Amino acid sequence: MKVAVTAQGADLDSPVDPRFGRAKYFLLVDTDSGEFTAHDNVQNLNALQGAGIQAAQAVVNLGAQAVLTGNVGPKAFTTLQAGQVAIYPHASGTVRQAVEQWRSGNLQPAAKANVEGHWS
Amino acid sequence: MKIAIASGKGGTGKTTIATSLAHLAATDGRTVAYLDCDVEEPNGHLFLKPQILREEPINKLIPVVDADRCTHCGLCSQACRFGAIACVGQQTLIFTELCHSCGGCLLVCPQEAIREVPKPIGLLRIGTSGPLQFVEGVLNVGEAMSPPAIHAVKDAAPDVDLTILDCPPGTSCPVIESVRGCDHLLLVTEPTPFGLNDLKLAVEMARALKLRFGVAVNRANTGDREVWSYCRRQRIDILAEIPDDRAVAEAYSRGEIVVESVPQVAECIRSLLETLQSGAPA
Ligand code: SF4
Ligand code: SF4
Repeated sequence: MKVAVTAQGADLDSPVDPRFGRAKYFLLVDTDSGEFTAHDNVQNLNALQGAGIQAAQAVVNLGAQAVLTGNVGPKAFTTLQAGQVAIYPHASGTVRQAVEQWRSGNLQPAAKANVEGHWS
Repeated sequence: MKIAIASGKGGTGKTTIATSLAHLAATDGRTVAYLDCDVEEPNGHLFLKPQILREEPINKLIPVVDADRCTHCGLCSQACRFGAIACVGQQTLIFTELCHSCGGCLLVCPQEAIREVPKPIGLLRIGTSGPLQFVEGVLNVGEAMSPPAIHAVKDAAPDVDLTILDCPPGTSCPVIESVRGCDHLLLVTEPTPFGLNDLKLAVEMARALKLRFGVAVNRANTGDREVWSYCRRQRIDILAEIPDDRAVAEAYSRGEIVVESVPQVAECIRSLLETLQSGAPA
């Protein structure tokens, strides 16, 4: 299955970016093969508003079934949910570690946004 | 003539000065209107105590997607400069809080699946305070988009000799929407480092908009003299220096119009009004 992780760099040893909408990169990790692709988020980094929504749309369009990140705001949450992407906030460490945490069931899926807007 | 009263930040005494100017001018026999454009936190009514004669909803147009016609092509989402639309899977989501009612999505939709509907975002309240005409806009709690509400307030303004616009604090979109089309802008500041910092931003805005403007220094007998040296260097006219007085704070806390209760301040405001109307300073 494909998992998107917000990251501060373009490889698996980069730290998880705690911001969802304004993350530097999305790493799309295939958890079966361990292969990944990096997708920058430049467009949304500089967006005046709606960064969370647009980042969520990008993640849905990448075909991710889950997203691992730090904080998700309400609008991004709604968008990810509509795209049937499971949301795991509070991921930390490197991307590789976050994927391991998730694989071993140590990340809890969120039932609602864990921060107010503007984080998103 | 339209005079906008603004300040780079809140709490400088902007509303005190705006309500005082409006009240004084109206009791002088001219037809005057006071417009409260600070739609997120209108407080002019606390002092002018208007009798509200009419209330109207303020609407903004927001797009609605017809799910049966939508093919999820994503064009509307790409077209929205404000990031307000997400096309995910079989759903097209519109976040109306972020929508600026530009109509762009409507234009690009190849399926004509989008139409616009009015959504109430606030309330327009129109009335009188003695001889003074009064208009305020009150934005609904949680509504982020104040420019359309400010626009509605300005549209509802009666045709009078003198219009005083009490602007929202800051220097961003809502202020720009408020001061647009005004003949004169009065920037209210305080003689403190923060006051000066915000004044500089407000001056930049006024210059960018090519507006005729001047400065009123409130609590002029307190703080430091930096505001004066800045204005001298920049050749900005200081149109009024209003002293700090216990009586002003007391009148304010009782919700009284300061010019009614504090004669010393009334003198300052009266000469300010004359200067503003004579149109002398550029
Ligand atoms: S009307 Fe303009 S701002 Fe509103 S959703 Fe459509 S494109 Fe975006
Ligand atoms: S442009 Fe029209 S058809 Fe395409 S996704 Fe938007 S609403 Fe649907």
